[in-house]
Amino acid sequence: MLASIRANQPDLMPLPNTFQFGVNYPDLLTTFAEILTGIGGQVIEVADYEAIADHVRAYYGVTDNWATTLPELAHLADVDLTTITDPHDLARLNLAIIGGELGVAENGAIWVDERHLPHRALPMITQYLAIVIRQSTLVATMHDAYDRLTVNATGFGTFVAGPSKTADIEQSLVIGAHGARGLTVYVLTDS
Amino acid sequence: MKVGLFIPCYVDQFYPQVAVATLRLLESLGCTVVFPLNQTCCGQPMANSGYEHLSGGCNDNFIRNFAGFDYIVSPSGSCTLHIKQHLHEADNTEQNSAQSVDSQARQIRERVYELTEFLTDVLKVESLPTRLRYPMRVGLHQSCHGQRGLHLSGMSEQMLPGFSKPVQLLNMVEGLELVPLDRPDECCGFGGTFCVVEEAVSAKMGKDRVADHERHGAEVITGVDVSCLMHLEGILKRAGSPVQVKHIAEILNG
Amino acid sequence: MTALTKLPHAKAATVFNRDEPRVDWHDETLWFVRTKRDRAAATVPQWEDLREAASQIKNHVLSNMHDLLVQFEQNAIANGITVHWAADAAEHNATVHRILQDNSIRQMVKSKSMLTEECHLNDYLAEQGIEVIDSDLGERIVQFRGEPPSHIVLPAIHLTRADVGETFHKHLGTDAGATDPQYLTEAARQHLRDTFLTRKAALTGVNFAIAETGGFVVCTNEGNADMGVHLADVHIASMGFEKIIPRPEHLGVFLRLLARSATGQPITTFSSHFHRPRNGQQMHVIIVDNGRSRQLGRPDFRNSLKCIRCAACLNTCPVYRRSGGFSYHSAISGPIGSILAPNLDMKQNADLPFASTLCGSCTNVCPVKIDIHEQLYKWRQVLMQEGYGPPAKTAAMQAMASVLASPKLYRLAGRAGRGVLRFAPVLADNRLNPWAIHREMPAPPTQSFRDWYVDNEQLPINSEEKTEPQQSH
Repeated sequence: MLASIRANQPDLMPLPNTFQFGVNYPDLLTTFAEILTGIGGQVIEVADYEAIADHVRAYYGVTDNWATTLPELAHLADVDLTTITDPHDLARLNLAIIGGELGVAENGAIWVDERHLPHRALPMITQYLAIVIRQSTLVATMHDAYDRLTVNATGFGTFVAGPSKTADIEQSLVIGAHGARGLTVYVLTDS
Repeated sequence: MKVGLFIPCYVDQFYPQVAVATLRLLESLGCTVVFPLNQTCCGQPMANSGYEHLSGGCNDNFIRNFAGFDYIVSPSGSCTLHIKQHLHEADNTEQNSAQSVDSQARQIRERVYELTEFLTDVLKVESLPTRLRYPMRVGLHQSCHGQRGLHLSGMSEQMLPGFSKPVQLLNMVEGLELVPLDRPDECCGFGGTFCVVEEAVSAKMGKDRVADHERHGAEVITGVDVSCLMHLEGILKRAGSPVQVKHIAEILNG
Repeated sequence: MTALTKLPHAKAATVFNRDEPRVDWHDETLWFVRTKRDRAAATVPQWEDLREAASQIKNHVLSNMHDLLVQFEQNAIANGITVHWAADAAEHNATVHRILQDNSIRQMVKSKSMLTEECHLNDYLAEQGIEVIDSDLGERIVQFRGEPPSHIVLPAIHLTRADVGETFHKHLGTDAGATDPQYLTEAARQHLRDTFLTRKAALTGVNFAIAETGGFVVCTNEGNADMGVHLADVHIASMGFEKIIPRPEHLGVFLRLLARSATGQPITTFSSHFHRPRNGQQMHVIIVDNGRSRQLGRPDFRNSLKCIRCAACLNTCPVYRRSGGFSYHSAISGPIGSILAPNLDMKQNADLPFASTLCGSCTNVCPVKIDIHEQLYKWRQVLMQEGYGPPAKTAAMQAMASVLASPKLYRLAGRAGRGVLRFAPVLADNRLNPWAIHREMPAPPTQSFRDWYVDNEQLPINSEEKTEPQQSH
């Protein structure tokens, strides 16, 4: 197979060097929030983890079966992720709060990888997902994101952009397909 | 400047008034226009059907008729595009037509123009000689080969600044009102032999185009290609519609 | 509806068009997706430059395919991924089966992969007694109905909510007559959740494979690919070899283009990058040829291998919107399908490049700048020269060529019929005139333009009049 590929491929064509296209957003957080809200997520700007805790209590209400990977919020959760070895045991999880590496303003995406996830299934299997990121980690475009990331630093990473969704039935948008039904992004603001 | 008038075969046979209007319009703008008497067709019907390899005789006849003109002008986007892309001498049949060097065919390819682009780009027309008013609501059908092939105007798919050579010219006609359309550049469905080979889809596409114009109150549908207009007219007449079709040359000539 | 797949495109399209309201609905739904794409593209300031970059990256990939694949294999193996090579669909299917057998698995969950449609994987595995459940909502719907997907990205776009409601009532026990998409999706969520939690093997497609790092990317909105693989012991990823790209940073270009071109979203909900299997998990990649290397060797058609399967060309094609995916009798339908399929089987697919007016809209929306409409034209030449045209058409074309080469014959014919339409070859095939089914014929004028010109215009003294060439036929 490789031999026939080598035989059939055309003469070498150069790889372009400039494929970075800068975008000037006046304010990254405003754009990030606007886009993410447009694709079904909600963005909450917070000063600190206490504010996050307040919002979680108020917005998600009293609930059981929730977990977090963030030590600052561990006192809220009733599920200890360190005790779970089989991702199937996460099936009953109602809410998971995790940290994200960076956010991309042009499309509302957040990068998470195995540094943030004790289990790869965590962001998808939970009924509701919340991600905490720092405002200072926001970048404008995917080019900027790939500049900062080493995608194979861990065995798995993903860009999460909003809650899961589908429009497979008559192009009618339904939020909450197989992954999380809702996404809240807490942005720890600078200063 | 000596202009060779290239009239599509179906215009010659069915819509001579378009050819007359084109001739008159060019003359009124100062051109010396000659209609080579032995022209037949550009060869597109065969080529688009997969039989480009049979079009050598047709090409040779075209070259014989049109060699030596400063410009060759045609009231047809698709025929002009076909000549631009596919005209070559018979002995170059196997090669890509763009590679022939110093040949009459190459000269013709470089000098052939569709009518509206000739007016805007070569003659640089700023106003029309006729002072007739045309107080009609007009829908412009953007024929695909002219638009996407010859770049007569911007395209809705592309994220580039808009422009339109036909609109530029229509705006010079007093009293003419261009109507907006829901799908400004969707294909009419003529497509050459497609109109009979895929008759159901072709007719449906034409019907939908006509409905778009009618929804926006067009009284006249115009465009740069009689092939599209002939197809749309066929549908309009079958429906008993009062909407007329007029090639842009007829409107510009008054 | 799937009976359409047994017919050549023109006949299938005729059947499809018998239900005009349904055609209108299908056409408007897909046009809506095209307008969403336009709106999304307009938000990216250098959209056309981005397309050019993507095109050049893919051009390079085609020209460096061998080395990139070797590099990918090396790096993937170092990552702990098992790499398999499959020359054709049969080898691909057998490989999948073998992996499942090695692990004593008889039930698999699958996320969207048009490659597996091309290989008819589900049918093959069913024959081997392996159950496959498609987890993408649209795919699950058509799977229940025993239909193939009709669109690369929107598998069930040909179905109304009433159709889906009926299907789910039959297979999932939803309320009879229920059509609310929210309700139906929820039912599918519950049903498939159980599938995800119990299947030990999950198969995904590959949107992009990265040579430099030996990893691959899978994009979904539903999260179904991830739900499948993160809970399974065995992850199989099937890819056509042309999905390879050189470096991670190139993903910046492609991921900015893909979802915007496909559905008008800025990005899919998940863009998952796989480099190493989970602890205790097996990860397999099957690299498939199935005619792609032959296409790579065709200078006029190799650019079709740049395709990233966004389906923008389907959404914009006025013919696809009014004939539907099943009219193309091919796993991949629409404009891109029409330039890929003849490579697989010229006889079977000779009709597809003619299912087009060559309007060029497809070429304009393609994020990697495939010259689709130009390839459609070129395939027409190849197919007719290879002899796949009906004999009557070839004969009529030869007659047409003779007439159009001779001014005298042309004028004679025009005068005789006042209609060059008489020479359109297919009219010779039909007793009834197809033009006149939905259209009035143009009214023949008394004079051709040439007649008028000769009568009315001052002819210059013969210096421009060309003499009749000697006819040697």
